[in-house]
Amino acid sequence: MSRKISEESYRKTRSFRLHQWFTGEKDLFLDQVEMKPQEPFTESKKVKKKREKEKQKMLDQIYNLERNRKTGPFQTLYRVVSVLFCICMVSLFLVAVSYLPPLGDAGNPANNEVPQRYIENGLQETGAVNIVTGMILDYRAFDTLGESHVLFIATCAVLILLRLDGNKKKLQEEEASDSAHEPENDVILQTVAKIVVPPIMIFGIYVILGGHLGPGGGFSGGAIIGAGLILYLNAFGFEKTERFFTAKTYKWMCFGALGCYCLAKSYSFFTGANHIESIIPLGTPGAILSSGLILILNICVGIVVAGTMYTFYVMFRKGGF
Amino acid sequence: MDLSNLMHNYPEAVSMILFAIGFSNLLLQKNLIKKIIGLNIMDTAMYLFLALKGYIVGRSAPIVTDGVQSVEAYINPIPAGLVLTGIVVSVSVSALMLSLTIRLYRRFHTLNLDEISTMLKKEGL
Amino acid sequence: MQIFMYILLGFLVVCAIAVSVSRNLLNAIAIFMSYSLVMSVIWLLLESPDLAITEAAVGAGVTSVLFFITLKKIHAMIEMDDGGKKQEEEKEEGENEPEDQ
Repeated sequence: MSRKISEESYRKTRSFRLHQWFTGEKDLFLDQVEMKPQEPFTESKKVKKKREKEKQKMLDQIYNLERNRKTGPFQTLYRVVSVLFCICMVSLFLVAVSYLPPLGDAGNPANNEVPQRYIENGLQETGAVNIVTGMILDYRAFDTLGESHVLFIATCAVLILLRLDGNKKKLQEEEASDSAHEPENDVILQTVAKIVVPPIMIFGIYVILGGHLGPGGGFSGGAIIGAGLILYLNAFGFEKTERFFTAKTYKWMCFGALGCYCLAKSYSFFTGANHIESIIPLGTPGAILSSGLILILNICVGIVVAGTMYTFYVMFRKGGF
Repeated sequence: MDLSNLMHNYPEAVSMILFAIGFSNLLLQKNLIKKIIGLNIMDTAMYLFLALKGYIVGRSAPIVTDGVQSVEAYINPIPAGLVLTGIVVSVSVSALMLSLTIRLYRRFHTLNLDEISTMLKKEGL
Repeated sequence: MQIFMYILLGFLVVCAIAVSVSRNLLNAIAIFMSYSLVMSVIWLLLESPDLAITEAAVGAGVTSVLFFITLKKIHAMIEMDDGGKKQEEEKEEGENEPEDQ
């Protein structure tokens, strides 16, 4: 049987002190260890100045641009190692290429049943004469949808990085430095632009609309139209282009095109897995109004790409519309 | 290693060499713009490789002509579709990198990557 | 046909090397532009006209324009106009020139 000890004798035992220390009531070593109150860290102004100067000197020495430019050993080592790495890599690649099947052979493993299906049934299923367009806008339409979104997101990122709105002074400075080395109204450029821009635009529209009939499509036609807009902007300045193309226009254009694309393709979530069939008739292959949704999707992609190219240029040039 | 096969596959070998040139550009150049050009060269080298995989000697582009719809008439359309989307993405990637370059230049007034990192360390960032 | 392909591929490699060794950024970008143009011709030879159109419009057109406008923004074009004068001024001001050494 355990025996109950008195309060005083308990206080002398080790377990009580341990308990006390554990709960933090009293420091166990308070009386035993000698402790001095800490003095605040002080130093004279002179010492402080000297110390900071030394630190700055050391930093300057370590991170000296002129000296770092000349530091030999590490730079040389880095160059040698990277050249060796590249040589090893290219020799490995060449060895791999030497074991690849011969180029241009019809029996290559890449030419399996998938392209066969696309070529043999593509015209009947998609209605597009150009099999590549039929493939990327019908069989693989979701891939292209993601692609258009990549473009839109890239424009947004560039806009975030380069936008100078809300800082009028900086914007004016940027504009002044932008046009500092340019002739005001360049007659040669303006005359050439007047002649060349309309054919470029019409060619771009032709490439977009003829995407399912021949080489071309939304990506290439959009890029051509964007290049034409850039030429027009360079010749005539921002006042002329801002009459019809501002940030708001771009926003609504992209929103409309991407939304149209999404709606045109997302009905397959409700009707089942097959998103090749649509209510729009395929028409006669070779006619301009044929191949169902492909023409609409080509126009959507073309709008997004043209707006993106032009917006990239404007953001780089001016930092905001 | 089969040297005669390598000679026969010379466009693929060239695309690999281009890839290595772009990669060494990326490693060795200090100038940011040249680094970006190196990345673009790597991009195009890979696209060339992909397009070569779909090429078949003696066949025409995958656009249906005269109603002929047999596999023997056209090249493989799949790599063309893949590369078509890749080219446009590479433009947006290079535009993003160039805008970052402009931001760095506004801050540090240099394009040399070593100097930029040195200045960053000096400022204690 | 084969000889034409040899010439174009050789031109590609020469262009890629010339980009990496050229000191002048403007030259490097012009060389890269011609590289893209030759690449589009190669794609025409490889029976992919879609790719050729896209590469000619995007690679040789828009990408190069973006590079040029970046050069203008980082004031690398001005040095070309005034020759060596501007470079000396910039060095005196303590600014580092954008071209690498």
